[in-house]
Amino acid sequence: MIEAVGLTKRYGAKTAVYNLSFQVRPGVVTGFLGPNGSGKSTTMRMILGLDRPTSGHVTIGGHPFRQLPNAPRQVGALLDAKAVHGGRSARSHLLSLAQLAGIPAQRVDEVLGVVGLQDVAKRRSKGFSLGMGQRLGIAAALLGDPQVLLFDEPVNGLDPEGILWVRNLMKKLASEGRTVFVSSHLMSEMALTAEHLIVIGRGQLLADMSVTDFISANSADFARVRTPQTEPAQREKLTTTLTEAGGQVLSEPDGALRVTGLPLPRISDLAHDAGVRLWELSPHQASLEEAYMRMTQGAVDYRSTDDRLAHLQAPLQPGQPGYGMPPQQPTAPEVSQQGWYAPPPPGQNPYAGAPQAPAQSPYATPQPSDTTKDAR
Amino acid sequence: MAAASAVLRSEWTKIRTVSSTVWTLASALIVTVGVGAALSAVFNSTFDELSEAERLTFDPTLVSFFGMTLGQLAMVVFGVLVVGTEYSSGMIRTSLAAVPQRATFIFSKIAVAGGLALLVGIVTSFLSFFLGQALLGEHRASISDENVLRAVFGGGLYMGLIAIFSMGVATMLRSSMLSLGILMPFFFLVSQILAAVPKAKEVARYFPDQAGSKIMQVVPDALNTEKAPYGPWGGLGIMLIWVAASLAGGYLVLKKRDA
Repeated sequence: MIEAVGLTKRYGAKTAVYNLSFQVRPGVVTGFLGPNGSGKSTTMRMILGLDRPTSGHVTIGGHPFRQLPNAPRQVGALLDAKAVHGGRSARSHLLSLAQLAGIPAQRVDEVLGVVGLQDVAKRRSKGFSLGMGQRLGIAAALLGDPQVLLFDEPVNGLDPEGILWVRNLMKKLASEGRTVFVSSHLMSEMALTAEHLIVIGRGQLLADMSVTDFISANSADFARVRTPQTEPAQREKLTTTLTEAGGQVLSEPDGALRVTGLPLPRISDLAHDAGVRLWELSPHQASLEEAYMRMTQGAVDYRSTDDRLAHLQAPLQPGQPGYGMPPQQPTAPEVSQQGWYAPPPPGQNPYAGAPQAPAQSPYATPQPSDTTKDAR
Repeated sequence: MAAASAVLRSEWTKIRTVSSTVWTLASALIVTVGVGAALSAVFNSTFDELSEAERLTFDPTLVSFFGMTLGQLAMVVFGVLVVGTEYSSGMIRTSLAAVPQRATFIFSKIAVAGGLALLVGIVTSFLSFFLGQALLGEHRASISDENVLRAVFGGGLYMGLIAIFSMGVATMLRSSMLSLGILMPFFFLVSQILAAVPKAKEVARYFPDQAGSKIMQVVPDALNTEKAPYGPWGGLGIMLIWVAASLAGGYLVLKKRDA
């Protein structure tokens, strides 16, 4: 159990973490989400007693980290995969860490096997790829068979097989009753791994809830309705009918309609009554990734812009929309074009659908799609 | 609480599993012994060209240690790298997450690395002495002469202390490059140059290397050098104060700063 109370960290004028309170419970994987620079790593370092909080405190099992008896046997951490002396072999690196906690050398070979590095154990870690480095870091965290595990961005640089392995490892560790705290900036990854989510933006808590709650609180369900392309009049007629019935209708670039506020059977009935044929009527749910992006939109520190001339960007001021605000309830049609995050067609990569310049960060402000017009 | 013995073992593993340990300590030994031997041979063949005063205060023991001026630089590199690579690699966070007691961590590390440096220093010192004396021919000193053993042993202490001083500085500066950038010119140039400038040498003689190296003189004010206001042990004491100050500074920085 990790417990943070009013955790605040300032570096000079910059506040990295502000008044963060949360609990990480044993038995489940807790995802720690936030955009780059939102204070995840700082929080992790404070949990491990590496950085001293400006105010507030954080304890592991009721003790501040620095007062834990034999810390390596109780807490394992992967902070930075590159944080090894490149001239030392993987095995020597782990051996030096094992000796700190009085862990026998056989355990070193054990964890090397667990992470799949037994063949390169004697090689200098200088030549390791990022993925191998991550595995070495995970091995170091597992060394003491600890009850509390912290992983900072463990899937960075891993191949798909490695990502799957990490995902299963986290779940397995949690199922053994351990406390597993995993940071990531990838919601899609956390949605598959974690059961509980702690979301921060600009060092402040945005959400602390189970993944299921997060989905139901943030997802925007909608129906996609398609009328025969050959008859644009039918489409307009249906739009009017549905709007009159209390639904909200948005037009998609390919001519389909996105309807919220009406259950599917009702849409079908209304279309039938209006004499409009339907080519498609399908239920959709906005992905967790979108919900997360909507939540953190205002809290992204580093975002790219379209305008190449404007190198400097005025930072968001407190009080502006999105700054540390509670998550908006996504009542989709009321959301303005600017705030509306268009969910992608099912089964499609959420990034692939967005009309973004290649240089843009996936977390850039969603550009209002030129082709998405309010059909009303 | 990670026991000090566990940290000592771990640090020993760390230090023996990087190649920089071997090459810095080996070059400290080879350079010191080699240059000392060469200069001893030169002094032997040019003894008659020395001035009267220099001949009267000729100190064969000290001459065989002249290689340390260069060899100590390798010791500086060793001391800086032992601490500095923890910071440059980021290993420091892994280490401190495993050993939250920062005093235990840093002093165990310095104990292991410093102990090794002292050992290598003493071996170097004895090798330098015996090889140097063999090459000094009739001007040689014997290990059984008065104060010679103190000087030879002191030479080893000096080399070890230079390394420990560098470890303290590197802990304070938290960077190998910065520490080397300051310590190398200091020991190689600044200290040596200031020691030769009038007035400045009044100050320079209290520098750690200038003061500490007095322990290697058997003949007071050997080779007609300036008279120092302290004896051999006094000089070593001054050096120890420097070492203690750098360790205290390093510890305070480590304790205060975020890792």
